Amino acid sequence: MAIDLKKTDVVIVGLGAVGGVAALPLARAGLDVIGLEAGSWLTPRDFAPDELRNNFRGWPQAAQKANTEIPTHRPNASAPYSPRLPIHPMMNGVGGTSLHYWAQSWRLNPWDFRVVSETTRRYGAARIPKGSTVEDWPFGLEELEPYYDTVEHEVGVSGQAGNIGGTIDPRGNLFEGPRRRGYPMPPLRGTEFTERMATAARKLSWQPFPGPAAVNSQTYDDRPACQYHGFCNRGGCHVSAKNSTAVSTIPKAMETKRLQVVTQAITTSVAVDERSGRVTGVNYVKGGVEYFQPADVVLLASYTYENVRLLLLSKSRAFPNGLANNGGQVGRHYMTHHTGNPVTALFPFELNNWYGLPAQGAAVDNWADDNFDHSGLDFIGGGNLWVYSDRRPIGAASMSTFGKAPTWGSAWKSFIKQNADRFNVAYLQKTTLPYEDNYLDLDPVAKDPMGFPVTRITADHKDNEKRLGAFVQDKMAQWFMEAGAIAVEKGPTGTMGPSTHAYGGTRMGDNRASNVVNRWGFVHEVPNLGILGASVMGTSGAHNPTLTAQALAWRTAEHLATNWKTIAGG
Amino acid sequence: MASETQDPPHGVSRRDLFKTVGAGAAAAVAGAPLAPSAAAAQAHPAAAPQLEALETLTATEADILEAVCARLIPTDENGPGAAEARAAHYIDRALTGPLRASRDAYAAGLAAIDVYAQAAKGAPFVKLSPRDQDAVLTDMERNVATGFMPNAATFFNLVRTHTIQGTFCDPYYGGNANFVGWDLIGYPGLRMTVDAQEQRMSAPKAVRKSAYEEAMFAGKGSAKGGDHGHRP
Repeated sequence: MAIDLKKTDVVIVGLGAVGGVAALPLARAGLDVIGLEAGSWLTPRDFAPDELRNNFRGWPQAAQKANTEIPTHRPNASAPYSPRLPIHPMMNGVGGTSLHYWAQSWRLNPWDFRVVSETTRRYGAARIPKGSTVEDWPFGLEELEPYYDTVEHEVGVSGQAGNIGGTIDPRGNLFEGPRRRGYPMPPLRGTEFTERMATAARKLSWQPFPGPAAVNSQTYDDRPACQYHGFCNRGGCHVSAKNSTAVSTIPKAMETKRLQVVTQAITTSVAVDERSGRVTGVNYVKGGVEYFQPADVVLLASYTYENVRLLLLSKSRAFPNGLANNGGQVGRHYMTHHTGNPVTALFPFELNNWYGLPAQGAAVDNWADDNFDHSGLDFIGGGNLWVYSDRRPIGAASMSTFGKAPTWGSAWKSFIKQNADRFNVAYLQKTTLPYEDNYLDLDPVAKDPMGFPVTRITADHKDNEKRLGAFVQDKMAQWFMEAGAIAVEKGPTGTMGPSTHAYGGTRMGDNRASNVVNRWGFVHEVPNLGILGASVMGTSGAHNPTLTAQALAWRTAEHLATNWKTIAGG
Repeated sequence: MASETQDPPHGVSRRDLFKTVGAGAAAAVAGAPLAPSAAAAQAHPAAAPQLEALETLTATEADILEAVCARLIPTDENGPGAAEARAAHYIDRALTGPLRASRDAYAAGLAAIDVYAQAAKGAPFVKLSPRDQDAVLTDMERNVATGFMPNAATFFNLVRTHTIQGTFCDPYYGGNANFVGWDLIGYPGLRMTVDAQEQRMSAPKAVRKSAYEEAMFAGKGSAKGGDHGHRP
């Protein structure tokens, strides 16, 4: 049977973007923390600039737990399943997917916290889409602002502030909420192409600005500046200029001697004391051996799909439908961020997008959130428009031919010879709302190699997301044409299958009837179990989730350290 | 210069090519203009022929695949194509490793190409003229060719995807030989540090280098690099 280990104060399941952040305030507070990570340590030598390996083969494949538990997807409960993804969008490893993410580190805008009340106030309650389960967050941006600020400085984020204490700086995002101070580093540099796009945006009377990135624009914390070599997209950084938690907060936490990192540890369930209903630790497997790690407090920090799966797999007499699920809320309010409806532009000249990184670009927020009047529109929310410099050869050769050439043979070859560096694909992140019938549960058939069911996604984009997608697409097409494009191609809405931007499933809110965790990130039904990650977020916003999930994780950890006796004491 | 009417690369069997590896030989056979790198390779002929085996494909399968790749990305007035890039060689190697799940699909699909070629055009695929080969591939792409499982278009797309990988990947993986793929689309090559000037809209001068020529990524104990924890 399982080997019982010595009890610790806190066990964190998953040392990725959020677990790796939460460890730091806990360790600094003097708590003993054990971090269980399913992957291994990776080093700069692992991060070769290799498109085939990174972008087409889902490196690193070795011992990737995530790849054995890829969620299944169906659009709705009576629809056939979508083809299973061959590669999990997330990865295991100390630092998790923050090793190879794009590192765009946005704060949410104020509206994202108040979708229900602000929509009702401005347009009337009837404008909340039918069937949506959206709620206001239990707090506004101002509550999270100090934690955004802390994480931006502890992890290291470059960017241009647009609103410091209410003073607007037109070089930054006019629509961001007030911040106490600027970013710790200036923004990444632009390219001639992104500057051209920014100029075009200004001609349209929009306000472009460089986006925030957890990438060093200059030496920071003794790590060098970005080298712009072009392999950041799904690639780790060979000079540690990308501020994954593996090179930022985790090493700092380890310096305190309070964080013990256990790699290759596959957590299988969270243990519960049947009498008290409190969690007592976690069960994990390492090297084929089963262990039980007792802890006063457990923090789940795996990922949206795995947080939900671990809860649903952790059944007991106290929680017969899965841990924290007596209220039936685990898996509800799920969202796959709407990043479909892409726009691809063709220009009559070379762009030299061969170098750079996805976080090096020009942003427009004029059409995000409620930054424009929706009175005459048939949707709420909006999208962030993002153009950036990122191109590699296989991807370039696989480009759209815009209906101007066949897809193989001499005519195709001639087309890509001329146009491989003349196209650009915009990244369009859009407001996504939770709905009654979009949810996660356990797949009744598909299992991982240990025999446990994988997560099943039942979700599809609804009318609000489709209308919004078409609207944002038109704005992006307009921007590309203003910059000199000769053709634009609009892609389809896409599905809500497995994503790097997966939200909900353990939503945060004061109302325990409709939310799994309270405003501090601890489970309503289980006071010594905390949940970290975008699975607690009730709205997506129109920007990348990581910084928000990290700010929430820091806040939960700090709250735990400050209220240790209350939460851990039982 | 190669053209639609000239003998395609299939006129020389894959087995005849295996002794001398590289775009120089392949390009010369195919009648393609020599890329600068290929010319350089010829100016410094290898001291000894490099032996090379098929890793998983049979000789017949390899011949068909070579011929398919050569039509998907032909050798023509725009320079070397998939033949010179050695895309089929890349696929053969990958089918023993990361693409092994597709091995059965290749066995069935390549055989189906020959059966369909015989039925539709009266000869095995490698014996057809380029025009007839293109007609077979077009029927596959349009999913009207018969005899494929699950269907012709699926196999066509699989081969097209892998041919593009083999033509434009890092040469470490056995394709994009002599960087002919990167030269074709004007990729200015691997630079570990890129300055602002090099991100102006006119791309800088091309450098030709594999990621695994960088010292930090070359495996210990081998000048050519180790396996980096993964199979090519």
